[in-house]
Amino acid sequence: MSLLELDGVTRRFGGLVAVNDVDLVLEEGDVVGLIGPNGAGKTTLFALIAGSLPPSSGSIAFRGAQVGGWSADRAARAGIGRTFQIMRIFKSMTVLENVMVGSYLRETRPARARDLAEQVLETVGLGELAGQAAANLTVASKKRLELARALATQPRLLLLDEVMSGLTPVETSEAVELVRKLNQSGLAVLLVEHVMEVVMPLSQRVVVLDHGVKIAEGTPAEVSRDSAVIEAYLGDQHAAAGG
Amino acid sequence: MGLLLFVYPFVVKDAFWQNVAVLALVSASAAAAWNLLGGITGQVSFGHSIFYGTGAYTTGYLLVRYGLSPWVGMAAGCLVAVALGIVIGFPVFRLRSHYFSIATIAMQQVIFIIVVNNKALGAATGIELPLREASLANLQFSTRDLLPYHLIALALLGVSSLAIWLFMQGKAGAYVKAIRDDEDVARAMGVPVRRYKLYALALSAAITSLAGSYYGMYSLFIDPNVVLSLNLSIAIVLVGVLGGAGSLWGPLVGAWVLQVIQEETRVRLSGAGNALDLVIYGLLVMLIAVVEPAGLIGIGRRLARRLPVRRRAVQR
Repeated sequence: MSLLELDGVTRRFGGLVAVNDVDLVLEEGDVVGLIGPNGAGKTTLFALIAGSLPPSSGSIAFRGAQVGGWSADRAARAGIGRTFQIMRIFKSMTVLENVMVGSYLRETRPARARDLAEQVLETVGLGELAGQAAANLTVASKKRLELARALATQPRLLLLDEVMSGLTPVETSEAVELVRKLNQSGLAVLLVEHVMEVVMPLSQRVVVLDHGVKIAEGTPAEVSRDSAVIEAYLGDQHAAAGG
Repeated sequence: MGLLLFVYPFVVKDAFWQNVAVLALVSASAAAAWNLLGGITGQVSFGHSIFYGTGAYTTGYLLVRYGLSPWVGMAAGCLVAVALGIVIGFPVFRLRSHYFSIATIAMQQVIFIIVVNNKALGAATGIELPLREASLANLQFSTRDLLPYHLIALALLGVSSLAIWLFMQGKAGAYVKAIRDDEDVARAMGVPVRRYKLYALALSAAITSLAGSYYGMYSLFIDPNVVLSLNLSIAIVLVGVLGGAGSLWGPLVGAWVLQVIQEETRVRLSGAGNALDLVIYGLLVMLIAVVEPAGLIGIGRRLARRLPVRRRAVQR
């Protein structure tokens, strides 16, 4: 049984097919990159897996359970953690309180929820800022906070929606290291990213979406040579010139 | 602050100011309850007189019809208010922000119309409560000195505030604040949003109902145009917002200001129900919204920060 198994997943918005007949399999401990041009349907696919959006057709199985159409909180309880593309921190709370909202999912007692939250903040390198107002954090720290909140729910699968965009090169490489560290502790990661320098070294496999359709899947090296991918990213003239 | 409120009725013997204090304490309880849902959980209800009226009517009805002790009536009122809150909240919580608020106004009108057309509940004239022997068991006292009324109202506010404070300590507190800040993110982190909105509403409804019950016993007359009115719902919101939405002491401060304005306009301009008090109050709220959105409590905090000598850790 795979950790996550998408079979012919389709999502329509009126006449628009945002995600079209996508198959995808993730095993425990996998890091899979999801790339594609703007509007390719990456974020929609995330929403489908994380339960905030029901699929129009197809099946989404997480650890054997059909999660397609589940509410987002139920998906979180089942072990799917996610971050948001635009940073959406709880702005009236401190950094620690933000993370505790996540840790309360599996630790009902305040003291234990706090311990877990502090531990997660240490992991992402925000331990020093626990008492700060979350609204005052820098962009890079807010992204880490997003990650910490998701980790505090103790997920089995982590969906990262562009957690590294908008970071400086140094911050990016730190974030890559962090995700790698999390993965080594056994967490499966599905990451959407625009920055190729992030996706390529981090992912064992890369899936490419274009206009909602999966056009390629393979190792980073295979995918970057794929003519359909080059065409989707650079336009068909380049593909024609190259071929 | 608590001590001041305790000493107050022993020192102040003027009937007007005693009355203002009792009413302020009662409306502070209701506003604190509203604040849990509207200020802290972010679900701005304009229908809280539903629960206030539920308390008053349940207590009054059980007393007049079955001769039941008002204490039993208070407890029963709580249960009815919680049940009603869940029945109303379940569908209405599907709506967000302004749509939620509008729906609560509609619910308020529905309940009002049901009650004023119900003969058993005294229809549009309401219920007059019998005067009984002054005792704690009967929850009636001499009106010459409002000391006992004041102390019970204070106890009611204390118990209400304690209940809200306890609710806010653990998981529930973190969850309702998360819901106010960003409902979608809260859900993605495993918060069953509607269930926690209902928890907040249930506690809020129970406390508002207690305030309504007590008000009924204090005034010995349950008038649907008062205890079930849209005006009252708005007044509860205004008290919460003026004092400072989201803070614990805010409703008490707001309640004092509103009661003083209400009683002063009633006495000086000799017109009850002309809503002039609400006009003045509305202007104050507008001023607050522009100057200090955290309410009078926020202004107080700001002043406290300017006084370095008496500086203390300001708890939120």
